Amino acid sequence: MFSGASNFVEGVDIAFVLILGISAFFLIGLTALMLYFTWKYNKKRNPVATQIHGNNTLEVVWTVIPTILVLVMFWYGYKGWKPMMTPPDDAMEVTAVARMWSWSFEYQNGKTSTTLKLPVDEPVKLNLKAVDVIHSLFIPAFRVKQDMVPNKPDNFMWFTPQKAGIYDLFCTEYCGIRHSYMYTDVEVMSREDFDTWYNDSTDMLLLADTNADPAVVAAMMGKQLVENKGCIACHSLDGSKLVGPSFQGIYGKSETVVTNGKERGITVDDEYIRHSILKPNDDIVKGYASGQMQSYEGQLNNEEIDKIIAFLKTLGN
Amino acid sequence: MPENTHGHPEPSYLEYQGKHKGLKAWIFSTDHKRIGLLYLYTILTFFGIGLLIGLLMKLELIAPGQTIMGPDTYNRFFTLHGVIMIFVVVIPGLPAVFGNFVMPIQIGAPDVAFPRLNLLSWWIYILGILLVLSSLLTGGGAPDTGWTFYAPYSFETGTNMLPAVLGAFTLGFSSILTGLNFIVTIHRMRAPGMSWFKMPLFPWALYGTGWIQLLATPVVGITLLMIVAERTLGIGFFDPDLGGDPILYQHLFWIYSHPAVYIMILPAMGAISEILPAFARKTIFGYRAIVISTLMIAFVGYFVWGHHMFTSGMSGTALYTFSLLTFIVAIPSAIKVFNWISTLHKASINVQTPFYWAISFIFVFMVGGLTGLILGSLATDVHVHDTAFVVGHFHYIVFGGTGFAFLGAMHYWFPKIYGRMYNARRANLGWLIFFIGFNALYSPMFYLGVAGMARRYYDYLPEFHSGNIISSIGAYVMATGLVIIVVNLILGARRGEKAEANPWGGKTLEWSVPSPPPLENFEKIPVVTREPYDYSA
Repeated sequence: MFSGASNFVEGVDIAFVLILGISAFFLIGLTALMLYFTWKYNKKRNPVATQIHGNNTLEVVWTVIPTILVLVMFWYGYKGWKPMMTPPDDAMEVTAVARMWSWSFEYQNGKTSTTLKLPVDEPVKLNLKAVDVIHSLFIPAFRVKQDMVPNKPDNFMWFTPQKAGIYDLFCTEYCGIRHSYMYTDVEVMSREDFDTWYNDSTDMLLLADTNADPAVVAAMMGKQLVENKGCIACHSLDGSKLVGPSFQGIYGKSETVVTNGKERGITVDDEYIRHSILKPNDDIVKGYASGQMQSYEGQLNNEEIDKIIAFLKTLGN
Repeated sequence: MPENTHGHPEPSYLEYQGKHKGLKAWIFSTDHKRIGLLYLYTILTFFGIGLLIGLLMKLELIAPGQTIMGPDTYNRFFTLHGVIMIFVVVIPGLPAVFGNFVMPIQIGAPDVAFPRLNLLSWWIYILGILLVLSSLLTGGGAPDTGWTFYAPYSFETGTNMLPAVLGAFTLGFSSILTGLNFIVTIHRMRAPGMSWFKMPLFPWALYGTGWIQLLATPVVGITLLMIVAERTLGIGFFDPDLGGDPILYQHLFWIYSHPAVYIMILPAMGAISEILPAFARKTIFGYRAIVISTLMIAFVGYFVWGHHMFTSGMSGTALYTFSLLTFIVAIPSAIKVFNWISTLHKASINVQTPFYWAISFIFVFMVGGLTGLILGSLATDVHVHDTAFVVGHFHYIVFGGTGFAFLGAMHYWFPKIYGRMYNARRANLGWLIFFIGFNALYSPMFYLGVAGMARRYYDYLPEFHSGNIISSIGAYVMATGLVIIVVNLILGARRGEKAEANPWGGKTLEWSVPSPPPLENFEKIPVVTREPYDYSA
C-alpha cells in the first residue's frame, strides 16, 4: 500500500496515517462534543446547571486510554525510524558536501556531480560533510533528513531508492542568505544508465590528450571547480546579480571596491581574483555586502585557483 | 464602594494619587495592577511590531521570487519576528499582565510579596528590549540567524548578533524575578482559609510556571554568556573551528527554550480554566486532575527538549528516550482538554465573548497538540522536521494557545481592569474574523511541510505556491479581525458603559472587589471557606 520512492516510505507513512487517524478522530469528536454541549446546555435550554465536581472513573479512563494510544504511536514511530540508523554493509558510499549555498556529491572513483545520481534498488550511504555551517539534507520523496554538522565524525544517512525518477533535494537547516535556493535534484536511474555516467571518462581522455590546448584544458577544469565548489551559487555566469558579482565578463573589468571602508578602483586580474578567493572580505565590490563569503583557504590550492582564473578568462561579455 | 476610615469611598487604583503624577505615577508604581498594565501596553506595542513584520513576510511569500523585499531583509525579519514574539511578547505574556493584575486579588492578597522587585522586573524587561532594539541601529544591523541563534552560523554571519543575545539574556532575568515573586506570593500570601486546593486554577498555573521560570531560565543565561565568551574571547564552546560542538549549543538552547513553551501555555490553560466555569455557571470538572496535570506538565516539560533535535545526530538511545517522554507529556494536556469539555456537560452556558475565545482556544490547542504527536514520533518527525509543518504547529500552540487565551483573558478581565465594558457585538465579530483568518494562515503550513517545503524559506518552488497564497491571505484576514478587536477594546476602555463589580457572575475573589479595584484591593482581607468555583448558590 505504501511502497514508495525509497525503502523508508512505508514505515514512515504507516506512522503518519496512524497518528493522523487517531488525531482526526479526537479533533473532530471532541470539537463536535464541545459544540453540542454549547448548544444543548445553553442557558436558554438549561437555565440551571447541575454541579458536578468530577468523576474518578472517567479520570482514570481518559488517562489510561490516551496513555495506551501514545505508546502505540510511539512504537510505530520507533519502528519506522529504527532501520534508518543502520546502513547495510554493501551500501554504495557517496560523500555529500554541503556549503553555503550549494551541493556537490563525490563518488568513490573521484567523479563529482552537483546532482545526486544513483542506481535504482541499490542501498546508498551518504557520508555527510558540511564545509562551513550546519546544513540539513532532506529528500521529501524518500522521507529522509539528516543534519550536516561541520567536523562531526560519522555523520551519515542511508536509503535505497526504489523508483527511477527525478526528486527534489533541499537544505532544511537555515544557513544564510541563499538558504532557500540551496536545492538540487536526485536522479535515480537504471544500473546501466548509472554505469554509463559513472564510467564516462571523456574528461579524462581530454586531459590525457597531449595535443589539446593547455589553456582549454585548464579552463575546462576550472569550470568544474566553480560548479563543484559552490562558486556559482552566488556568482552567476549570465550577468545576473546574486549575492556576489557575476562572473560574466569579470576578468579584466574595472571595478570600484571598498577596502577598509575606503573606495578605490581596481582591475580584476589574477592577483585580485586570487586574493578575493582566499581573503574574500578584504576588497568588497561596491554595492555588495561584506561577510557573505567564507575564505577558500585550504579548500582550493594554487593550481586550482589558476584553473578557475583560466575559466573566468573565457567568460566574455 | 468600600469606604476608608474617614468615611470617603476608596479611590480606584486608576485614580489613586501617590507621590508621583502623570507618567511617573505609572513607571514608578509598585502597585501590581499598574505594573500589570505597564506590561500590557509594552507587550501590545511589541506584538504590533512583530505582527507587522509577520504580515510583511507573508506578503513576500504570496508569490515565488522576489515580491517586496530581498532575502537579506527577509532573514532579518524572521529573526526579529521570532525574538520579539518569543522573548518580548509570549514569555512575559499572560503571567506578567494577568498574573500581575489578577493573581494577588484571586488569592486575597493586597499585592505581590515583593512589590519593588516586581517594578524592577519591568525595568529589567525594558532594558532587555532596548538591548534587542540596539542591534537594529548599531554594527552590521539586525541579526539574520533566526531566534534560535544556532552555532556556528551565528558566528559566521556579519550581522549584529551580540546585542540581541544580550537582550534575550536580560529579558530572562526579568522572567526569573517575576517567577520568584509569584512563587513566594502564592506560598505566603493566600487569604486565611484558602488552602492549596481551594486556590483558583489560574494561580495554580502561575505557580507551576514560576518554577519553570526560576529553574530553566538560568540555563539560557549561561548559554548566552558562553556565546559572549566565545565571540569576544575566542573560547571554543560551540564553534567547530575553535574545537567546540554545535550540538552542545542546541542542547543548552532547548533545555531552556522547550520549558519556555510551557511558560507560555500553562498560564494560558489557567486562564481558560477560569473562563469556562464562569460562563458555564458550573464548578470546574476534575479540579484536582487539572492541578495535577499542571504540575505534571511543568515537571515532565524539563525532559523533552531533545525532540527539537531528532535529526541533529544524537545517539539513537537519546532519540527514542526523548520521543517516549514527549508522548508522555501529551497525556496531562489531553486530561485537561477532557476536563474542560466535561465542564460544559449539564452546564447552563452564558455564551459571551470570553466563552468564544475559550472554546476556540480548546480547538486550536487540540490542533497544535495533535500535530505535536507527529513531531514527537521519530519516523514522522524525520520527514517534517525543520519544515513549514513545524512552523504551523508551534504557531497553533504559541500564538493559537497563548494568543487565544490572552485575548480571552483580556475580554474576561477587561471590566475589572478598566471598570468599563466593551461592545460585545463588535468583540464577537472581531473574534470570528480572527478565528477564520488564523486557521487559513496556519493550517496550509501543515500541508506545505508534509509536501517538503523547508522553514525559513525566502523563496520556494512553484509546487508550493497554492498553500502559500491561502496562508498569506489568511494573515491579512486575521489582522483585520485583530484591528476590530483592539479598536473595540480601546473604545470600551475610554467610553464604554460602566461595569459592575461582577458583570459575569464569577465566583473567584477578584469579582468580590469593585471594578476597577482600589489600591490595596480589599478593604479587609477575606476569609475563604468555599471552593473556588462554587456555583451551587
